[in-house]
Amino acid sequence: MTARTLLQAADIQRALTRIAHEILESNRGAGDLVILGIPTRGVFLAQRIAGIISNIEPGSQVPVGVLDVTMYRDDLSDNPTRSTSPSHLPVNIDGATVVLVDDVLYSGRTVRAALDALTDMGRPAVVRLAVLVDRGHRELPIRADYVGKNLPTSHSERINVRLVETDGDDLVEIVGER
Amino acid sequence: MRHLLSAADLSRETAIALLDSAEVMAETADRPHKKLPALRGRTIVNLFFEDSTRTRISFEAAQKRLSADVINFAAKGSSVSKGESLKDTAQTLTAMGVDAVVIRHGSSGAPHLLANRGWIDVPVVNAGDGTHEHPTQALLDAFTLRRRVYGHDSRCRGLDGLRVAIVGDVSHSRVARSNAWLLTTLGATVTLVGPPTLLPHDRSAFPVNFATNLDDVLRESPDAVMMLRIQKERMHSAFFPNEREFGLTWGLTAERFAAMSPHTLVMHPGPMNRGLEICSVAADSPQSTILDQVANGVFVRMAVMFAVLTGNEDV
Repeated sequence: MTARTLLQAADIQRALTRIAHEILESNRGAGDLVILGIPTRGVFLAQRIAGIISNIEPGSQVPVGVLDVTMYRDDLSDNPTRSTSPSHLPVNIDGATVVLVDDVLYSGRTVRAALDALTDMGRPAVVRLAVLVDRGHRELPIRADYVGKNLPTSHSERINVRLVETDGDDLVEIVGER
Repeated sequence: MRHLLSAADLSRETAIALLDSAEVMAETADRPHKKLPALRGRTIVNLFFEDSTRTRISFEAAQKRLSADVINFAAKGSSVSKGESLKDTAQTLTAMGVDAVVIRHGSSGAPHLLANRGWIDVPVVNAGDGTHEHPTQALLDAFTLRRRVYGHDSRCRGLDGLRVAIVGDVSHSRVARSNAWLLTTLGATVTLVGPPTLLPHDRSAFPVNFATNLDDVLRESPDAVMMLRIQKERMHSAFFPNEREFGLTWGLTAERFAAMSPHTLVMHPGPMNRGLEICSVAADSPQSTILDQVANGVFVRMAVMFAVLTGNEDV
C-alpha cells in the first residue's frame, strides 16, 4: 500500500477559491445562494467556500447549512451505515439556488440521496454540485458543476481527503497499489 | 445493533448514540414532508400478545415515518386463541417475508426466546415483556429528561448527576426496571420508592437506592419524579390495604405536588389512573412531561427501528 499526495493545502485553497469564483460567475452574484455541505467533510468545505465568497463580494452573507443524506441512501440494507447526523437548513430553500458540496464524487449515489433529501425539504429553483475531487466511476447520470480536481483512479485505489477541521491538516492523497 | 431486548444490555455509548439518532428523527417532525425513505421496502410485524394502545400506535407511527410496511398482529382474535405457540406464530409470520419483529408479550423473556432460539432470523425489538423490561419506554424517558434539562444542547450528553425518583408499583413495573438500568447507565441516580410489598425482594441486582417514604424523597427535590401506574391486572393478592390509602401515601396528590420543588419534572409512562397515583393538577402542570413522553416515543422508536434494520455498528 502506497500513499501519494495529490493536493497540498495551498492547492486545496486555490481550488476552493476558483470554485467560489465560478459559483458567483454562474449565479451572477451571491443573491439567493444557499450552500449546503454533505457530512462530514463537505460541511467544512461548504463553510470555506462561503467564507471565500464573502471575501470576494464584501457585504454578502451566504447562508451555509448541512444536509445529512444517511436516511436517503439506497444501500441501507446492505452496508452498516454511519450514524445519522443532524441536517441544518439556515433558510427556506424554496426558490433558492442551492449548491451542494461534498469532498469526493465517486459513484454519484450520495448525490442522488442528497437530491431526494432536498426534495423533502423544499423546492429550490436550481441545484448545483461542487466537489473537491472527482475520481470518476459514476454509476448514475450525475456530474458536478464545479470540480476542484479531476483525478482518474482505479476502483482498487482509495482517495483520502484530510481537512484541518477534522484531521488536523489539509491534504488529498491516493492510497493503493500503483 | 442486532436486537433491542433489554435496557440493561445497552452500553452508555450505544444508549447515547440511540438518543442522538432520535434527535435527528425529531428534527424531521418539523418538516412539511415528514416521511423518510430509510426503510422503504422493509416489512415489520408488530406482534402484540398483550393489550396496548400507545406503544403499538407509537411503534406503528415510527415505522410508517420511515416508510416501512407494517403488519399489526393482536393475539386476540388470532390463531393464538386456538392454541398456537409463540414459536409457530413467529415462524408463520416470518415465512411471509418479514424483516423485523416487534413483540409485546405477557411473559417475561418472550423476546429473548424469539431472538436467541434460532426460530427466526430477523431483528427482534422488545416492546414490553411481562414484568421484565420495556426498553423503548426507558429510552424515551431518558430522551425526554435529556431534552428538558439540556434543550437543544442535548447531543452526545448523558444524564450525569441527575436524580430521578421512580414511585409506586415498582415490582410489577417493567418500566421501572428498564429505567433503573438505563438511567443509571447514563449517569443518573435512581431511587425506587413504594410500599415495601411493591419493592423487589432481592435488591442486590439493582444499581439504585430504595425508599419507602415519598415525602422524604420529594423533600430532597429530585430532578424528576416518575409516577408508575398501579397495575391492577397484575395484582393477584393484597399488596396494600386499599387504593385510597395507597394514593394518600405513595401517590402524587395535589398537596404533595404543591409542596414539591417547582423544578422537579413530573413523568408518567401512561396510561394514568388520575386521582390514584397522580392527581390531575400535577399531570396537567407545566412541570409534567407526560405528553412530551408520548411525542418523543415516536422519535426514539424510529431510531431503534433504523438501528436494528440497518445494522448500524455504532448504535
